[in-house]
Amino acid sequence: MLSFILRRLLIALPTLVLVSIFVFTLQKLLPGDPALVLAGEERDPETLAFIREKYHLNEPILYQYFYWVGGLLQGDLGISLRTNQPVLTLIADKLPVTIQLAVMAMIIAMVIGIPAGILSAVKKGGPVDYIANFLALSGLSIPNFWLGIMLILLVSVNLGWLPASGYESIFVDPVRSLETMIMPAFVLGTALAATLMRHTRSAMLGVLKADYVRTARAKGLSERVVVIKHAFRNALLPVVTLGALLFGELLAGAVLTEQIFTIPGFGKLIVDAVFTRDYAVVQGVVLCTAAGFILMNLIADVLYVLLNPRMRNAQ
Amino acid sequence: MKTKLLAAMLFALGASTALTVQAADLRIGLQEDPDVLDPDQSRTFVGRIVYASLCDKLVDITPDLEIVPQLATGWSWSEDGKTLTMDLREGVTFHDGTPFDAEAVKANIDRSKTMPESRRKSEVKSIESVAVTGPYQVAFTLTAPDATLLAQFADRAGMMLSPAATAAAGTDFGAKPVCSGPFSFVERIQQDRIVLAKFADYWNADAIHFDTVTFLPIPDTTVRLANLRAGDLDMLERLAATDAAAVKGDAGLVYAEAVSLGYQGITVNVDNGERGDNPFGNEAKLRQAFSLSLDRDAINQVVFEGAFAPGNQPFPPTSPWYDTSHPVPARDVAKAKELMKEAGYETLDVEVQVANNPVQTQMMQVVQAMAAEAGFNVKLKSMEFASLLADQSAGNYQASQVGWSGRVDPDGNIHQFMTCKGGINDSKYCNPEVDRLLDAARTSNDLAERKKSYDAARTILAEDMPIIYLYHPTWIWALDDKIEGFTPYPDGMIRLENVKFKS
Repeated sequence: MLSFILRRLLIALPTLVLVSIFVFTLQKLLPGDPALVLAGEERDPETLAFIREKYHLNEPILYQYFYWVGGLLQGDLGISLRTNQPVLTLIADKLPVTIQLAVMAMIIAMVIGIPAGILSAVKKGGPVDYIANFLALSGLSIPNFWLGIMLILLVSVNLGWLPASGYESIFVDPVRSLETMIMPAFVLGTALAATLMRHTRSAMLGVLKADYVRTARAKGLSERVVVIKHAFRNALLPVVTLGALLFGELLAGAVLTEQIFTIPGFGKLIVDAVFTRDYAVVQGVVLCTAAGFILMNLIADVLYVLLNPRMRNAQ
Repeated sequence: MKTKLLAAMLFALGASTALTVQAADLRIGLQEDPDVLDPDQSRTFVGRIVYASLCDKLVDITPDLEIVPQLATGWSWSEDGKTLTMDLREGVTFHDGTPFDAEAVKANIDRSKTMPESRRKSEVKSIESVAVTGPYQVAFTLTAPDATLLAQFADRAGMMLSPAATAAAGTDFGAKPVCSGPFSFVERIQQDRIVLAKFADYWNADAIHFDTVTFLPIPDTTVRLANLRAGDLDMLERLAATDAAAVKGDAGLVYAEAVSLGYQGITVNVDNGERGDNPFGNEAKLRQAFSLSLDRDAINQVVFEGAFAPGNQPFPPTSPWYDTSHPVPARDVAKAKELMKEAGYETLDVEVQVANNPVQTQMMQVVQAMAAEAGFNVKLKSMEFASLLADQSAGNYQASQVGWSGRVDPDGNIHQFMTCKGGINDSKYCNPEVDRLLDAARTSNDLAERKKSYDAARTILAEDMPIIYLYHPTWIWALDDKIEGFTPYPDGMIRLENVKFKS
C-alpha cells in the first residue's frame, strides 16, 4: 500500500511542474498591465517604473518564471502585489475557511444525495423516484448565486434567523461560525447533492440487477439488508470516485458562493486577485488548488483499493 | 440534552446581542476590501474611508470644499507663494503614545517623498524641503507656487503616521498602522473585516461616540443592502442607484447622498498614436455633434434613477469651480446633424470601449441609441477594465468610456488630463493656451484669479472637447434609522465625529 501511494506521489510531481508552467504562461497572456492597475488612478510614471522593477515585470518571461520557481522551492510563493502580504500567509489564512465550507457542503450533499439516490433506485418509477428526480434536476439547474440571494432575502432579511453574510472562525466562536456557514454550505451542497443523487441512483440500479443481489434475496434476506449491505457497498465505488472529482466542482462553486456570502476564503481570494492582476496570488492559489486536486485523486484511489478487494490483489 | 444545547446556544446568542447594544459598536459595509493600510503606499478609494477614522490629516474639508484645520490649526502663505507656514495642534499623541509635533510632520513628508514604495510622490512633488521652525510650527518651502498643496494635505499626503512606528515597521507599516485619528487599529482579516477601537487620548474625543468600528467589505450591492436590512450592518457606502427608491421607502433606513467630486465621460483619442488619426479624433465639430445628440438628463433618469448629476465639465454643477456660463446643454439633434454636415459627414462610425460591467454597459447603450439619431453608428467594445486601461494608455482605441474619482482641488480633475504633458492625458490633447491657463491656475492662491483661468480654459475645451463629459456619480449611503448625526461629504468619506446611536 505504501509503495502504491509513493508511486502515485512521484507521478504527481511532473504534473505539478506542468501546472506551474501552464499557470504562469496563461496569466501572462491575460490582457492588461498589472503595473497600470497597481499604480493607482494617477499612473505616476515614476511609480510605474518602480513597480515594474520591483516585481521583475520588465524582464523576459522565462526569467520571471525562474524567479518564481526559485522562490517556490524555498517555500516562498511571493508577495501579494496588492496588500504586501506573503502569498503563503494569505493561503494559509484562507484555506481553512474554504475547507470548512467544502466539508459542510459535502456533508449536506451526502446526507441529501445518497439516501435520495438509494430510495429512488429502490422505488424506481414510483412517486418517490419522480420527486427525487425533480429535486435533483432543480438542484442542478438553479444557479448558485440566485439561490444564495433568495436565501439571504428569505432567511436573513425576512425571517431574521441567520446572519446575511460574513464569517467567524470555528475556533473563535463555533456557534457563530456555523450560523454564518450553514446557508452558503447549503447552497453549495444542493448542486452537489443532485449530482451525487443521480450517480448513486444509476449505480444502485446497475447493482440491484446483479446476480448476487438476486441470490441474496433468494436466501431470504430482508430487503433492507440486501439494499444496504449487499447492493450499496458495491454501488459506492463509482460514487467515491465521483466524490473526489466533485472536489473540483466544489472549489469552483466556492468561488461564487464565497462571493455572494462574503466569505473570506480561497474563492474570494482568487477572484479579487484576478481582478486586481495580483499575479503572485493567482499563481499561488491555482498551484495549491492543483496540488489539492491531485491529492484528492490520490485519496480516491486509496479509498477505491480499500473498498474493493479485487483492486487490492491487482496491485 | 438537545434542548439544553439549544438553550445554551440561544443564551449565548442573546448574550452577544445584548453586549453589542451596550458597547456602541458600529458596523460599516464597504464595497471593496481596501489594499495595504499605509497612507503612503495605498491607492484605493475604499482605503481612504478607513483612514477617515484611523488617521488624522493636517487639514480637512467642509462639505462645501473649504479647507479647515485638523492637525494644523492655522497656516499662511509667503508673498511669493513659495513658503507655507503651518501652526500645529498641541497636545496630540499618536496611538502608540508618540507625541505629535513639528518633527513628526517633517518625518511624514520626508517619508512620502523618499520612500521608494510611496504613491504620494506626485502629490508632494512641489515641496522642496520642510523646516521645523518651532516645536509646533513647520514651514514648507516649495519649488514653485502650488495652490493644490493644501487640498493634498486634506487627503492621504496630509495623514500623519507615528514616526516611531514607521521607523520600526518600514514598508510593513500597513500591517499595523499607527496614526493619531479618533480610532486605533485592532485587527484586520483580509477580505473579511477591519476592526478599530476608540482612541481614549484623541484630541477631540468628546465628538466620538462609538467604542469600536468594524469595516466589512461586501462587494455585492444586493447582499450589502440585505445585511443592513437584516441588522448585521449599521450603515453602508455606495448603495446602487437602482436601490435608492427601496431605501427611501423603508421606514427603518435612512438615505444620504452627496454629488461626488469625480466625473464619467468619453475620452476621445485625439492624437494618441495612429488610431487618433480618424475623423472623430481630428474634427472637433463631430465631437460637439456627439455631445449635442445626448440627453444627459434622460441618461440619468433611465440608468441611474435620477440619483446622479448630469454634467458637461470636469467639475460637477454643485462645485464652486463649475463654469456657469457653460451649463449642461439640452439635447439638440438638429444642431448635431448640422454640425456633422459642416464637418462633411452624414453618418459616422465610432468605436467606444466600455468596461464590462452591467451599469456602464447599459449607460453606453442609451448613449448609443441617442447618438444614432444624429447619425453616429456607435460600436461598443466591451472590455475588462484592466485591459481597457492598458489599451487606452497605449493609444490603442478610438474613444473610451472612463471616469475619474475626483479631487478636492480643481487642478486634480483637469490639469493632468488636458495639459500637453499631463500624466493621464490619454487623448493626447495638446493646446499651449490651455497649458498656460491651467498652469497659471495652479500657481495662484487667489481663488477668484484661479476661477478666471479655469473658466477661460473651459471655454476652449468646450470647443475642442477631447473628453465628452456625461455625468457625476453621487455617493449614496444607507443607514440604519438608529444612527444620527451623519453628514454626507462630496469626497465620499465617512467622518464619524458627532455620529452616534440614538439614545
